[in-house]
Amino acid sequence: MSRPAAFPFDAKIPEGPLDAKWDLYQREMKLVSPANKRKKSVIVVGTGLAGASAAASLGELGYRVLNFCIQDSPRRAHSVAAQGGINAAKNYQNDGDSVWRLFHDTIKGGDYRAREANVYRLAQVSTRIIDQCAAQGVPFNREYGGTLANRSFGGAQVSRTFYARGQTGQQLLLGAYSALMRQVDEGTVSLYPRREMLDLVVIDGVARGIVCRNLVTGQIERYAADAVVLATGGYSTVFFLSTNAVNCNATAIWRCHKRGALFANPCFTQIHPTCLPQAGPTQSKLTLMSESLRNDGRVWVPKRKGDDRAPADIPEDERDYYLERIYPAFGNLVPRDIASRAAKRMCDDGFGVGPSKYSVYLDFGEAIGRLGRDKIAERYGNLFHMYEEITDDDPYATPMRIYPAPHYTMGGLWVDYNLMSTIPGLHVLGEANFSDHGANRLGASALMQGLADGYFVVPSTLGHYLASAKLDPVDTDHPEFVAAETGVRDLTARLLGVQGKKTVREYHWELGRILWDDVGMSRNAKGLEEALGSIRALREDFWKNVRVIGPDDEFNKGLEFAGRVADFFELGELMARDALQREESCGGHFRDEHQTQEGEALRDDENFAFVGAWEWKGGDTDPVLHKESLAFENVTLSQRSYK
Amino acid sequence: MNVNLLIWRQDGPDQPGRMAPYTVADVSPDMSILEMLDILNEQLTARGERPVEFDSDCREGICGACGLVINGVAHGPRSACTTCELRMRSFRDGETIAIEPWRANGFPIIRDLVVDRSAFDRIITAGGYISVNTGEAPDANSVPIGKVAAELAMDSAACIGCGACVAACPNASASLFTAAKIAQFARLPQGQLERHRRALRMVEQMDAEGFGDCSNHGECEAVCPKAISIETIAIMRREYLRATVKSA
Ligand SMILES: Cc1cc2nc3c(=O)[nH]c(=O)nc-3n(C[C@H](O)[C@H](O)[C@H](O)COP(=O)(O)OP(=O)(O)OC[C@H]3O[C@@H](n4cnc5c(N)ncnc54)[C@H](O)[C@@H]3O)c2cc1C
Ligand code: FES
Repeated sequence: MSRPAAFPFDAKIPEGPLDAKWDLYQREMKLVSPANKRKKSVIVVGTGLAGASAAASLGELGYRVLNFCIQDSPRRAHSVAAQGGINAAKNYQNDGDSVWRLFHDTIKGGDYRAREANVYRLAQVSTRIIDQCAAQGVPFNREYGGTLANRSFGGAQVSRTFYARGQTGQQLLLGAYSALMRQVDEGTVSLYPRREMLDLVVIDGVARGIVCRNLVTGQIERYAADAVVLATGGYSTVFFLSTNAVNCNATAIWRCHKRGALFANPCFTQIHPTCLPQAGPTQSKLTLMSESLRNDGRVWVPKRKGDDRAPADIPEDERDYYLERIYPAFGNLVPRDIASRAAKRMCDDGFGVGPSKYSVYLDFGEAIGRLGRDKIAERYGNLFHMYEEITDDDPYATPMRIYPAPHYTMGGLWVDYNLMSTIPGLHVLGEANFSDHGANRLGASALMQGLADGYFVVPSTLGHYLASAKLDPVDTDHPEFVAAETGVRDLTARLLGVQGKKTVREYHWELGRILWDDVGMSRNAKGLEEALGSIRALREDFWKNVRVIGPDDEFNKGLEFAGRVADFFELGELMARDALQREESCGGHFRDEHQTQEGEALRDDENFAFVGAWEWKGGDTDPVLHKESLAFENVTLSQRSYK
Repeated sequence: MNVNLLIWRQDGPDQPGRMAPYTVADVSPDMSILEMLDILNEQLTARGERPVEFDSDCREGICGACGLVINGVAHGPRSACTTCELRMRSFRDGETIAIEPWRANGFPIIRDLVVDRSAFDRIITAGGYISVNTGEAPDANSVPIGKVAAELAMDSAACIGCGACVAACPNASASLFTAAKIAQFARLPQGQLERHRRALRMVEQMDAEGFGDCSNHGECEAVCPKAISIETIAIMRREYLRATVKSA
């Protein structure tokens, strides 16, 4: 192997022992005095858990915050849909949990492709998140004695997941939203809903503003500030069918990428094992059935191929509870990537059930017998209700049918320990960054990360940045603002100008098929090469034959979607390129060429223990891969085993 | 199945609107009503016509973005169900379905089926929070909360802020929405300190936004996708009364 070039950016991981890094660093960080904070302005894009918590906390500190979102209200950000729960190393159950164990589970769950220091800090601040949320009035589930209840999630042998029925994301988001609205009330935060950020403005190499489209009037607006915080969520909707809300997109991070922010590990996407099966092109999205269901639900398929008896007619001894059989130690609670691949394998081998034969059963019969229907209803009532509304089947009476679906993206903009991207001043939080989950995220850890980033990390690190950087005042007449706005207008004009024959949705659907087939649950060199070619061809066709209905200066959702899909083509290509480059299997990235004899992911730590961070070189030149090598000083890398 | 549609089309806030007829063929009963509208919009786009604008996001009944009046009922015929969760199997083959936006003074129409619900955000801004800065909180288990109180608080906290309660109310009152937040905090120990100020300010903001009074019709409870009980409004009244007495 030739020696790789040194990584050109500093991850700024503080010195000191792992468990002291964050504390020591905080002692050294520079502070902005209270009087000066009022003079500093920060743009926060996104009002999900990461964005709302950041905007609220920065407002509390006294900064002038401008907070943007696509939806009509910050309360509707996609975080609202999270169901199952949020992890924290409270060890309230006295079952041996600790900061170390949460850290270790997360690093291992991510298949050793995340930074130790970031993950350790996440585990450390996790406990304070629960305190904060409880104090805000988040109605977590409780025991009769009044203490907080916990449940288990995949990839952990302790019970550390806090929850509010099956609506944990909603309740945590409403908590953060209430803190945010309090700051609006105080006058520190100004809200800009129904805005879509379409470009980042970089002046003298530093992020100083954004250009947005006002989604009600269609007007292009410019905003300047001393720093920009991006918390715009993940990009699973690149697959068209995913569990994400229909407005989720990659536009904000992608356009920042094109302005110079490195994009890390784009191929690390998570396919969630328990979702409603795919039906066809008229479906607009897939619905997740929370992982928490695997606490009490048992996954099975018939032992006989093509057995099409009704599930109730298949006797116990003719069912294969394959997760319990293959992974006796973790059973139904193996991590997501493992559960998803096992379901795919079962269906590929002909054991799948349902009309398409591409689903497996998730059965609550045994749990209902053991705990009673009421207990199950209390735990999962809203999920069962949702399932029944969609499928017209009663999951209390017959097992659910589930299949994996795109759900979460571990990849995202590269950030250093301060959560700053490679563009100074541009900070990236939550699912939009790549930082903590390596090649696979454990359940209930995204909510934890979003709130850790927003409540506890960025308020400190952004202060340090603002206190250290020398920032001249800028206003929105600056030539860079003008240029960014012109670029945005040109793109819109191009989209509207094609006047072809195919709709944006048709293109998005086709792109999603390519990615699902070749850059989905399993990948190989041949498929990836083909995907690169077909994505490129489809993109070229898009720019010749797409039909978008104008005008641009009115409410026009069709136009919004067109811009997002245009970005998805470029991102999809980068995902395939990254997957091709990574000649190993790890976490959610499974290369057919690299598996153990039992069909498990085979990592190559010798050559691939790095973060793959891509640099945009303009559409006509291939992007360049930079490798940030990962040093593991505190954990021993091992083949993940959940047997 | 095939369906006939009568859909409210309106070009902007101050423009006149009208019910426009459309037909969609080959609808699967498993589709949601919004997926059926997606198909309609595909057809309109292909014909070069403006698609029908409507809000939606999560498409699973939790974000509160969607909200259509379907055959005269907010969120349509099924109880405890949002528009996006409503499947076409709830309709008959060949049926004519009327689709309109929320209609209320407090929710001006932006375009077609999209309305401006920012009044709800302003009601929350007027005290729909507990004042605790990041980092100030004590250990979460240091304030025990009985299971029953937590469950009751959760019942009100489940509100998704969709606005169906307003759309269904003959007075276009926002009482159920406002009460849900007031009741959630009134039931929790953390909410006690700001209890009076919160009730006063939120109720006053609700009135200032042009929403009507509650006269106990109960339509709000009937359409609420999260089945929030009208008793919640009684709690708000009690909270408000106590607050006026205290501040008098
Ligand atoms: C169905 C489902 C269930 C889940 N359940 C769990 C769970 O139980 N536990 C868990 O830990 N995780 C769960 N997750 C994952 C978790 O919900 C997300 O990873 C997390 O909420 C992301 O939060 P965020 O703040 O980063 O982004 P989001 O909540 O996605 O917020 C993004 C924000 O950015 C705004 N935005 C985006 N682009 C732009 C733009 N260009 N201009 C302006 N604004 C923009 C949006 O309007 C929004 O406000 C679940 C995910 C799904 C899909
Ligand atoms: S789209 Fe979210 S509730 Fe209907």
